[in-house]
Amino acid sequence: MKLEGKAVIYGDNIDTDIIIPGRYLVLQDPKELAKHAMEGIDPKFPEKAKEGVILVAGKNFGCGSSREEAPVALKHANVKCVIAESFARIFYRNAINIGLPILEAEIRDKVSEGDELVVDVVSGVIENKTKGITLKAKPLPKLALEIINAGGLVHYTRKKLSLE
Amino acid sequence: MNIVEKILARASGQKKVEPGQIVDAKVDVAMFHDLTGPRSIESFKKIGVEKVWDPDKIVVIFDHDVPPSTIKAAELQKRVREFVKKQGIRKFYDVGRGGVCHVVMLEKGHVKPGDLIVGADSHTVTYGALGAFAAGIGATDMAAVLATGSIWLRVPEAIKFDIRGGLQRFVTAKDVILHIIGMIGSDGATYKAMIFSGSVVNEMGIDGRATMCNMSIEAGAKAGIIEPDEKTIQYVRERTNDPFTPLRSDPDAEFSQVFDVDVSDLEPQVALPPSVDKVKPVSELGEVEIDQAFVGTCTNGRLDDLRLVAEILKGRKVKDGVRFVIIPGSQEVYEKALQEGLIETFVKAGAIVGAPGCGPCIGISRGVLADGEVCVSAANRNFVGRMGSPKAKIYLASPATVAASAITGKITDPREVVKA
Repeated sequence: MKLEGKAVIYGDNIDTDIIIPGRYLVLQDPKELAKHAMEGIDPKFPEKAKEGVILVAGKNFGCGSSREEAPVALKHANVKCVIAESFARIFYRNAINIGLPILEAEIRDKVSEGDELVVDVVSGVIENKTKGITLKAKPLPKLALEIINAGGLVHYTRKKLSLE
Repeated sequence: MNIVEKILARASGQKKVEPGQIVDAKVDVAMFHDLTGPRSIESFKKIGVEKVWDPDKIVVIFDHDVPPSTIKAAELQKRVREFVKKQGIRKFYDVGRGGVCHVVMLEKGHVKPGDLIVGADSHTVTYGALGAFAAGIGATDMAAVLATGSIWLRVPEAIKFDIRGGLQRFVTAKDVILHIIGMIGSDGATYKAMIFSGSVVNEMGIDGRATMCNMSIEAGAKAGIIEPDEKTIQYVRERTNDPFTPLRSDPDAEFSQVFDVDVSDLEPQVALPPSVDKVKPVSELGEVEIDQAFVGTCTNGRLDDLRLVAEILKGRKVKDGVRFVIIPGSQEVYEKALQEGLIETFVKAGAIVGAPGCGPCIGISRGVLADGEVCVSAANRNFVGRMGSPKAKIYLASPATVAASAITGKITDPREVVKA
């Protein structure tokens, strides 16, 4: 699975209230949620992400709430993949479950805002086309890949229950 | 094995488990609320199973926007109510019947030592206060649990905090946990469990233990847990007749790290905006004027917390220009606070008392902040935009510090307001 997009760079501890503030959680439509993605620190983000972006962030991305709306908002804002130094565990599970690819890698010093990235989620190879360098992320655990390959946890569970 | 490994071994039907291992565990109790319910139900329907795995193991509590403040919220609650009825879920706490989910779960006997509990809310970790392994999950994970009764979990490494010394007057469980988060950082326990032990924890009541475990998520923990003792057993026995088997760490149990924390000299602590690990003693804070003070939530909305607030407010007045919002954590807490005269003390002091629920903590219900305003809060998160305007600032502190600050109008050590 190869994903392409321009890099958008954020720092450490990007929490779920930044990704999607609590007051928007009554919005059920993913497209409506996406309009408020990253509103906490970057109100212009939905415009920026339109063409497809790859987020590159520091440690503890997605800390805070269990709200699945956080990865949903990013996914529907056209975030192709999130690459962070580390993730908060609930966000990590949620992203895998709803089919937003995420990878752990420390690459912030090798990527500039707007760089063209190509990411291979299975191998963890990240190509920075703008800088002409190849970077490497920690490969996803086997189970996470299985869930992603099944099309998310809903389909994974359906398969487990022999419903498909 | 340590207590965490023992619970996960039991729940996954294995003799022994080790950190890093992935287990498929059977869930004893699953909880969701009005805000995470709709998406959980939607995903459950997509899985395509007619009936939940066991309606008696599911608890549903409305707390995030109660009573609903918008038509949209009312509609979502209606949808959850219909699901609850259709599925025959009897442990349902509608508006006016429960309160903050993590307060209700403990006080109504839905948490037992040795249980594996998952909740569609990050502060599910609170239930570790009674010796359960409890982790927060998202809506689709919850849907899979509703369908199958099981969940995959990675057995976490466990960090043990041995907390010793004696707490000074008006220094509370909240100050201890803020101090610990300041020490290890907001990702200091990511993917790990935090085990709290030592004489200070032994002396704490269940309310204080709940505060400690509740905030373990603010260090990234998968679970916060305290080994069950006599106090735990008594608390649970008073609330449920269901059988349970308390589990404790073996004498040779292993931990990935052990911290000795001496709290004898600990002062009241404050977490500065916008992160929970920017922690300072109140004496090093300088002058911070406030517009609002807030006590309530799954962190500090319990009876012991309200008693502490009343002790400080009694015979005093909330400073002009300060709004002091107090929200009892549950109907039960509210009723006891009424019986003990605490609510009267709050009202006479000029505080406003809200309906049991999450209140302004997540910026949905009444009590949100305007641009540039400052709030000192006994809740758990001070993130940008958490309580309303992204330009507001939230300082986290104990209920005692919040009450003292409401009186003086600036963040204040409670010991300065109530001289010994």
